[in-house]
Amino acid sequence: MSLLGAGILGFIAVNVAMLLAGWGVWYERKFAGRMQSRPGPTEVGPIGLLQPIADILKLMQKEDTVPRDADAGLFHLAPPLTVLVTLAVMAVTPFGPGLVVADLEVGLLFALAIGSVIVLPVWMAGWASNNKYALLGAMRSAAQGVAYEVPLLLAAAVPVIYAGSFRISDIVEAQAGYHWYVGWPPGPGLVAFCLFFLCSLAEANRIPFDIPEAESELVAGVSIEYSGMKFGLFYVAEYLHTIIASLLAALLFLGGWEGPGSDQAPWLGTVWLLAKTLGLFGFIFWARWTFMRYRSDQLMRLCWVVFVPTGLALVASSAVLVWLGVV
Amino acid sequence: MALARWSGMPALGDVPVQIDVDPYMDIDAYDAEGDLMVLNLGPQHPSTHGVFRVKLYLDGEVCIKAVPYLGYLHRGVEKLCEKLTYANVIPIVDKNDYVAPMTSEWGLVAGFEKLIGVEPTPRAKVMRTILGELQRCASHLLWIGTFTLDMGGAIGGGATVFMHTFREREAILDVFAELTGCRFHYNHFTVGGQRHDVPAGWGAMVKAVCDLLEARTEEYESYLTDNTVFKARTVGVGVIDRQLCLEHGLGGPIGRASGVDFDLRRDGDDYGAYGTVDWKVHTHTDGDCYARYLVRLNELRTSIAIVRQLIDGIPEGPICSLKQVKLPGAVKPKAKASMAYAAIETPRGELGTWVMANSERKLMPHPYRCKLRPPSLHAVSLLPYICPGNNVSDIVVTLGSLDPIMGEVDR
Repeated sequence: MSLLGAGILGFIAVNVAMLLAGWGVWYERKFAGRMQSRPGPTEVGPIGLLQPIADILKLMQKEDTVPRDADAGLFHLAPPLTVLVTLAVMAVTPFGPGLVVADLEVGLLFALAIGSVIVLPVWMAGWASNNKYALLGAMRSAAQGVAYEVPLLLAAAVPVIYAGSFRISDIVEAQAGYHWYVGWPPGPGLVAFCLFFLCSLAEANRIPFDIPEAESELVAGVSIEYSGMKFGLFYVAEYLHTIIASLLAALLFLGGWEGPGSDQAPWLGTVWLLAKTLGLFGFIFWARWTFMRYRSDQLMRLCWVVFVPTGLALVASSAVLVWLGVV
Repeated sequence: MALARWSGMPALGDVPVQIDVDPYMDIDAYDAEGDLMVLNLGPQHPSTHGVFRVKLYLDGEVCIKAVPYLGYLHRGVEKLCEKLTYANVIPIVDKNDYVAPMTSEWGLVAGFEKLIGVEPTPRAKVMRTILGELQRCASHLLWIGTFTLDMGGAIGGGATVFMHTFREREAILDVFAELTGCRFHYNHFTVGGQRHDVPAGWGAMVKAVCDLLEARTEEYESYLTDNTVFKARTVGVGVIDRQLCLEHGLGGPIGRASGVDFDLRRDGDDYGAYGTVDWKVHTHTDGDCYARYLVRLNELRTSIAIVRQLIDGIPEGPICSLKQVKLPGAVKPKAKASMAYAAIETPRGELGTWVMANSERKLMPHPYRCKLRPPSLHAVSLLPYICPGNNVSDIVVTLGSLDPIMGEVDR
């Protein structure tokens, strides 16, 4: 793919992702409203569809406050950096057959590596705010991000071992013929899918793993001192992270763009991928509006005592399956 | 450098930190170098149930010492009682326990009646019991909602429970509004009885609410009681032992969850119509947040059962044993008793009213001194004993499980 083509595709991908993040908020608010027996947003536009635009306009009009003793440089830098880091993952994720900005040979490794950098801007925000709640939130976030990186990688190693490649499009191609890793071969793939998805929730700070934000304890965690659009950027990053986690899970375990009719019409594959992503996205909301939150030490115990051993066992068992020639 | 002592593997151990709980510990001697972080939880904090403030000395996220500060909602209610007539005092105590104004009024009126020597009419007694139990349901429903909110956040699963319990509470408030015209600050109780008689069709309305509540209580039970995350956050958290409850005069759901088998509806002065109905007191022995949840959930069911038994048999007759209830100042204390103490069981525990008549100038129809004994004050006074050694997250949950209403703590 030429540089220009990649540029255009990247532009489209980023804008689609931003739109998804914006209307993801609408989707979630409607979803939550239904769960809580209330209508959700209804006022702005038909069935409240223009609510994200109104929200963004409101956020942009807010006064941009900086605490007196804050480290202003870091304080201003952190919110855009969170969005930037999250968007960088999209450089290597394919959106259909051949539709990828940079089809790196180590694409999955790049995605997971750049995704884990998000700990840094969050920690920057918490430290620069010079607020005790923000500091507690940032410490929790760093601990959680580093800990959940391990099982996330172990779970992502299963499709890599099956497909024998770090290139995401290779992994999707290896699942062709409806041999999706979530179900075929039965066993490790399904567990790895669940593990990958749960760890992604933890990475994206979603309930039941939203300890860094923890609004009932830490008020708003790292974003406590932010106002206006800078506050909004944290939410954009959070939704982007959630979308990308869903996208990666769909690519690695749910056959990517494969679906009825996708081999005749490649554009249908993109639609299928989007549908799978949004389905997982909705599942995240379902979990969020159902569960309470774990305590931070319980979360760490869950990671080191349950998730990491499970991940190691998954890597071993998938390797055995490959050795036996099942895959 | 003073640090909490870690024992064993923090990731594996059940008790990560051991701290000697001493609420009067001199923090400057313990932490001479100032390494601890002081966190002012409140008075502006989403989980402090109003304007409560607790100063936490934190080692990492573990609390070493907790100092509660009260008085942010002090309105001088007790002083006001000395300047207002007996009838005028009643509406202002609505705002004390603003989650359960009916029982708040009842506690005050019970004290006044004992002082003046007036007995409510049989009709008023049954009506009061029904209202008191409905108010208990409303209060416990709100508690379940805010408690899950404390551990699940305003944007999460906790909010889902909160919205649902709030919806059912609204049905109870509609019943109250039908009777008194107000959703919240009723001014319904008077010395000797009550102000408003039952409107037509009210009994059917109450029964419909009881049906609704019974079904929905099952729903909450199925949602929360075996919920893994809910149990992980509540079982073994904020344990209060029986002795501490007794030392601090804690009855109510908190005491009963810690094994104090005491309920003023059964063990106190004979008030209301509790003697005529079949009900039982629920206790638990664990004393943790989960036990408090179970006790309150069972009390919700018991209250519905009590209302069901009474709603069809409200005796006919006058609603008030005094004639001029509506005129301020009409109530004058007799010289029978110069002071009296009466207590009732509110949703939070023992609400006592100690009131002293103005014996020197008998024509002055206001109390000489009125002292309220709010249950929430005693609950909050436990915090320095149960917070040390806990994580900030657990402190928020523990505070929520005590169900403090700052209006009645500060008065």
